[in-house]
Amino acid sequence: MTQSTTAGPAGPAGHVPGRPRFSPRKKQQISRGVQYTVLIAAVVALAFLVNWQGLAQNFAKMDVAEQSLPDVFTIALRNTIIYTVGGFVLGSLGGLVLALMRLSSVRPYRWIATVYIEIFRGLPALLIFLLILFLPLALPGFQVPGGTYGQGILGLAIVSSAYMAETLRAGLQAVPKGQAEAARSLGMSHSRAMISVVIPQAVRIVIPPTTNQFVSLLKDSSLVLFLGVSGEYVELTKFGNDLASTTSNATPIMVVGLTYLLVTIPLGYLAGRLEARQAKGR
Amino acid sequence: MPHAVQIENLHKSFGSLEVLKGVDFTVDEGQVVCVIGPSGSGKSTLLRCVNLLEQPTQGKVSVGGVELTDPDVDIDAARRRLGMVFQSFNLFPHLSVLRNVMIAQQRVLKRGRAEAERVARENLGKVGVAEKCDAFPLQLSGGQQQRVAIARALAMDPALMLFDEPTSALDPELVGDVLAVMRKLAQDGMTMLVVTHEMGFAREVADRVVFMDGGVIVEEGPPDQVIGNPQHERTRTFLKRVLDPGHADDGAGAAPPAA
Repeated sequence: MTQSTTAGPAGPAGHVPGRPRFSPRKKQQISRGVQYTVLIAAVVALAFLVNWQGLAQNFAKMDVAEQSLPDVFTIALRNTIIYTVGGFVLGSLGGLVLALMRLSSVRPYRWIATVYIEIFRGLPALLIFLLILFLPLALPGFQVPGGTYGQGILGLAIVSSAYMAETLRAGLQAVPKGQAEAARSLGMSHSRAMISVVIPQAVRIVIPPTTNQFVSLLKDSSLVLFLGVSGEYVELTKFGNDLASTTSNATPIMVVGLTYLLVTIPLGYLAGRLEARQAKGR
Repeated sequence: MPHAVQIENLHKSFGSLEVLKGVDFTVDEGQVVCVIGPSGSGKSTLLRCVNLLEQPTQGKVSVGGVELTDPDVDIDAARRRLGMVFQSFNLFPHLSVLRNVMIAQQRVLKRGRAEAERVARENLGKVGVAEKCDAFPLQLSGGQQQRVAIARALAMDPALMLFDEPTSALDPELVGDVLAVMRKLAQDGMTMLVVTHEMGFAREVADRVVFMDGGVIVEEGPPDQVIGNPQHERTRTFLKRVLDPGHADDGAGAAPPAA
């Protein structure tokens, strides 16, 4: 129910109706003033209360940082990229198969794909890696091909294929039905139409979300740490953690963190650009 | 000689909705047959049943003497002889115009790259978009896209062309270019089955006009008869609405349209 405020003139001492005590402009000025005051107070407090010397000693010690060079790039970053790219490629292929299974007309295929996707999207990635460690126990004589690399890549692929499957399924379904119909009406078989017409378009549609998935996979590659890798197989997180232990200093972890950002921030940027370009192209 | 298209007792239901309720008709070789009728009358569904983009619920569809509704027929092989043009063009947006016209030639007819390109350029020239070979579909106007779609179908050397409201998605000033291409095709002797709202085109080009309403054929015959002097009340009402949309609400029983 609305109550009319326009009835009758305001009392002699009242302010004009519809005119609050502070104008919106004034209110905004006050609000902004308060926010700046709080910010300045916080900065000043931090500057005086924090032990900067101690922090720098522990987190940004130059000579420790130098110790991590060049191995942080030549071994750790290289391995991180090997694990991630390997897991991504294998996961994409698995994801495509799962997505096609989910859209299959054969019902058991749909069930299998759905069960796989629900399970592996619902479990923490770490749990998968811990399970991989026990694979040789469960299947005596079984060795994951590719040794340590193989194990890390397999773990990442198992997780990413579940996510990729859902992304690709959405992409396949986003291709208008008329595309497959046009291909079929030209005499293409169902699979030929998928390969030549539908999948290439679906892949284009999913490039931006897939780039984001690659970034999250890159971060998940830190879980390789739990496979007990060492020496030439270490990736960034393990590398940073080991060096931090031997030097009793957190600087290597900061160095490793910056190295991750060196890759993830440009990729995130790229995903945003691709998304914007696609939005424009429609 | 078998009919180019022969349809017998065709029924099609979507769930509980019966869209086609027993349709019989034929198209002879070299004929142009236009199917007209109000939206929802089942005319597009009928066309899509001819190349089995929709699976008929019941009835027989034969094209060039081959029964397509036979479950053992190789439908992909049969469709090679049937060109289809869609209302929304359905060009492949990830391929250039030239590749759009080449891809099925290469992948389906197994033509070599050079031959496929020659046939593609020839057909693109025929529909008047030869200079757009390297463009991508979305860079073209609707009329150009639809002409590329016609070239794409023609490149497969079809014995029959199906048109599903080919000008309904076009801006009015672009309709003429597409109709001109279709008129030329008809003159060259192509067998055509055309679902359309373009009464002028149907009247001028069609050998026969079929009026559908409510999932059945109400009336069919030469265009001068069906469009010029319709025998059935429903045909008259429909034509009045199409030809004189400003007075769509005039009651039934109005005089036959002057067109």
